[in-house]
Amino acid sequence: MLQTIIDNVMGKHEAIAFKLADQDFCIDIGLVREIRGWSPTTVLPHAPDYVRGVINLRGAVVTVIDLSARLGFGLSEPTHRHVVIIAMYEGRIVGLLADLVSDIVTISDDSIQAVPDIASDPAHEFISGMITFEDGRILRKIDLKQLLPDVPQTGG
Amino acid sequence: MSDMDEFLEMFFAECDELLESVATGLRQIDEGTCEMETVHAVFRAVHSIKGGAAAFGLGELVDFAHKFETALDLLRSDALDATPQVMSVFHRSSDCLADLVSSARLSDGSEHAGKDDLLAELDALIGREEEVEGEIEFVPTAIDFGDFGGPVVAEGYIIEFEPDLDLYRSGNDPCALIRALEKLGRTEVRINTDKVPVLSEWSKENPALNWEITLYTDATEAEVAAVFEFVEDCCKLSISQLEPLAEVDLGEAVEEQIDPEAEMIPVGENDGPLVDNQGAPSAPRLETPADGRPPKQTDAAATATIRVSLDRVDKLMNMIGELVIKEAMLTQVVQTAGLATEPEVVGALDGLRQLAGDIQESVMAIRAQPLKQVFQRMHRILREAAEATGKQVRLVTVGEQTEVDKTMVERLIDPLTHMIRNSVDHGLEDALTRQRNGKPQEGTITLSAAHKSGRVQIEVTDDGGGIDRPKIRQIAEDKGLVAPGAALTPGEVDSLLFLPGFSSKDAVSALSGRGVGLDVVRREIMALGGRVMISSVEGKGTTFTITLPLTLAVLEGMLIQLNDQTMVLPITAVQETLRPDQASVHYIGSGGRALANRGKLIPIIDLGCSFGLRDAPGNLEDGVLIVVETDNHKRAAFQVDAIFDQRQVVIKSLEENYGRVAGVSAATILGDGKIALIIDPEEIIMSTTSEPARDRVALIAVG
Repeated sequence: MLQTIIDNVMGKHEAIAFKLADQDFCIDIGLVREIRGWSPTTVLPHAPDYVRGVINLRGAVVTVIDLSARLGFGLSEPTHRHVVIIAMYEGRIVGLLADLVSDIVTISDDSIQAVPDIASDPAHEFISGMITFEDGRILRKIDLKQLLPDVPQTGG
Repeated sequence: MSDMDEFLEMFFAECDELLESVATGLRQIDEGTCEMETVHAVFRAVHSIKGGAAAFGLGELVDFAHKFETALDLLRSDALDATPQVMSVFHRSSDCLADLVSSARLSDGSEHAGKDDLLAELDALIGREEEVEGEIEFVPTAIDFGDFGGPVVAEGYIIEFEPDLDLYRSGNDPCALIRALEKLGRTEVRINTDKVPVLSEWSKENPALNWEITLYTDATEAEVAAVFEFVEDCCKLSISQLEPLAEVDLGEAVEEQIDPEAEMIPVGENDGPLVDNQGAPSAPRLETPADGRPPKQTDAAATATIRVSLDRVDKLMNMIGELVIKEAMLTQVVQTAGLATEPEVVGALDGLRQLAGDIQESVMAIRAQPLKQVFQRMHRILREAAEATGKQVRLVTVGEQTEVDKTMVERLIDPLTHMIRNSVDHGLEDALTRQRNGKPQEGTITLSAAHKSGRVQIEVTDDGGGIDRPKIRQIAEDKGLVAPGAALTPGEVDSLLFLPGFSSKDAVSALSGRGVGLDVVRREIMALGGRVMISSVEGKGTTFTITLPLTLAVLEGMLIQLNDQTMVLPITAVQETLRPDQASVHYIGSGGRALANRGKLIPIIDLGCSFGLRDAPGNLEDGVLIVVETDNHKRAAFQVDAIFDQRQVVIKSLEENYGRVAGVSAATILGDGKIALIIDPEEIIMSTTSEPARDRVALIAVG
């Protein structure tokens, strides 16, 4: 607790690091509710391919997004080793399908760099920053807001 | 601060109830069926709002309520007749009061447009009475100026006070009340023991004491009455003004007027002269509402209620949803464990199922609310609509005690508002036409509700000219909504009204006719899982019928299989299920298939294709057909792989975390914990027709 407060004051955040197609990504730990193993989903008709369907999270209907497909790595073939990161953003709960969760890392604000301007890559717009570590590891910070499917609000 | 907010919220909740009783009371007065008690009730309600508003410093509300109350008081004391003009002012005042309350609640400072005019009108009412009063100044009449709270102040009051048993029982002390009066001025107190029986007959159930208190004060009558505020419903109380003249030679007058048989015994230290105002020539007298109260009290006691926040009930409802799911899971587990035939297990499971059903029903009953609240608002909508169109309209409500789910009550307001306005504006003819057709000038709109075969049915009926079908058709053709010369049945023509972009009125009025009318109504009702139907008889009127499910939480569904997915089809839409034989299936062109069913050919729709689960329609021999009917009596046969169960499912919103999916109305959780989508048959039928514009008309129009 105290450490968290100190970290916040120091401009440090904790993030969950996970792997997708051999690249390292991370997401702010404050957004993550829980991490579950993969379970088969109920397919949503007419949904974009990166929407894997919905699962039952203790009575709530939660959409699962295939991060790999969303970021342009192609559809993943989920096995029981895959994980679903349950995140909450602005009251919406969403599940993110990833290969595996690797670590919880502390990142400081000043280690976040802007994404190099590599145009026309689908992953580019879903990454809000790059974090470099001294050992040469690089984490790509996921921008959850961009990631969520834009669903046209038809009708009432 | 949050404490204060809480109190304020309570006050507003109370205001809603009070405003409702004001509106109901005024209508009863309108109908002429009212008793004096009704007038009192209205007065009391306005008074309570004023009191509460004053406590929270809502000045504007207080001012208006005060004026309203003053005018009502004239009605109460028979100084004002309930003429239509007067009642109209009162009705509008009640609307305005409601607006002021809601503007105070939102604290947005929005003004009711006609407030100042209304204040002037109320002033006129009050003023008129004051003038009349002036002319007959010397005739003693029963008009009370005390509640005006300002200009007229008496020298003092004579208060007759006889506590009921309840007053003692509730721990009130007459002595404390008298002391409170002493704070207002000098008092003379007499206790009257006339009615006290001899000791052998005395019972504590029958308190027979009464007091007569003469109070010399410059306080207003309202202030005096305020002392008794908390006991007014458990005592007989009469406050009358002391005749100023009588006070001048009080001693003498009183001396003469002492009734030797009255046997008044002075109490307390106020050993003043005996006062008996029975003979006082013109003491205006006003019975406080206390007298009329007891019968109403028993009514209120019979329906004791508590306020519970909606969140708690919602939570309970959610948990019951979980219970239903768990019960389904348990059944499934028992089945897979091979215990399904053990009589003890079966008995226990049945018991559990029954209990879960009972609990669900009870919670639904808690959430159920009478439609009264909605219907009540419609009176106002009608009044405003009538005013805007200059038509004379009367609203008759039937079955306003019919109960529906709370969320539905709220979401019905908008569609009904639309429909009432529509009926006034389009449905009813103007007074002249009505007269020519031998109808009463005043149009009637009937709003009725009833439970019918597990659903709620609401009807809006007008006695207007009915739907002008040639005209409707003409407009539809002009707007390109329907092909010229298309063969349409009268029912189909009527259904054109529900098309988006349709507006039948030549001139767009302020009220309706912006072309967003009935299609919006239809959409909103459909969102509630309901249907709208229309029927019309030329020259006699039009009826809109809305049917709604009883709850938004649970639905009776048929579980179907499509590839590896399980889906739920609402049972209300299902007409029959069948295995097709080659004789009844007809092929049209390359891909079209139709089923001969009940003498008609209906399209066969492969649900797997419409949900994108497979590319080509499945083999008919392998599947099952489900004949469904929409609210427009449009029928279709859905082809599915299998039907495996029929059960109650709990409705879970899909839009909350994802969004709307075409052809799907919601989701549910099955016994194995998986999610199944609930199919919206209407949308499927709509979307599977190719040419949107023309075909949609045909679809909607098939009545």
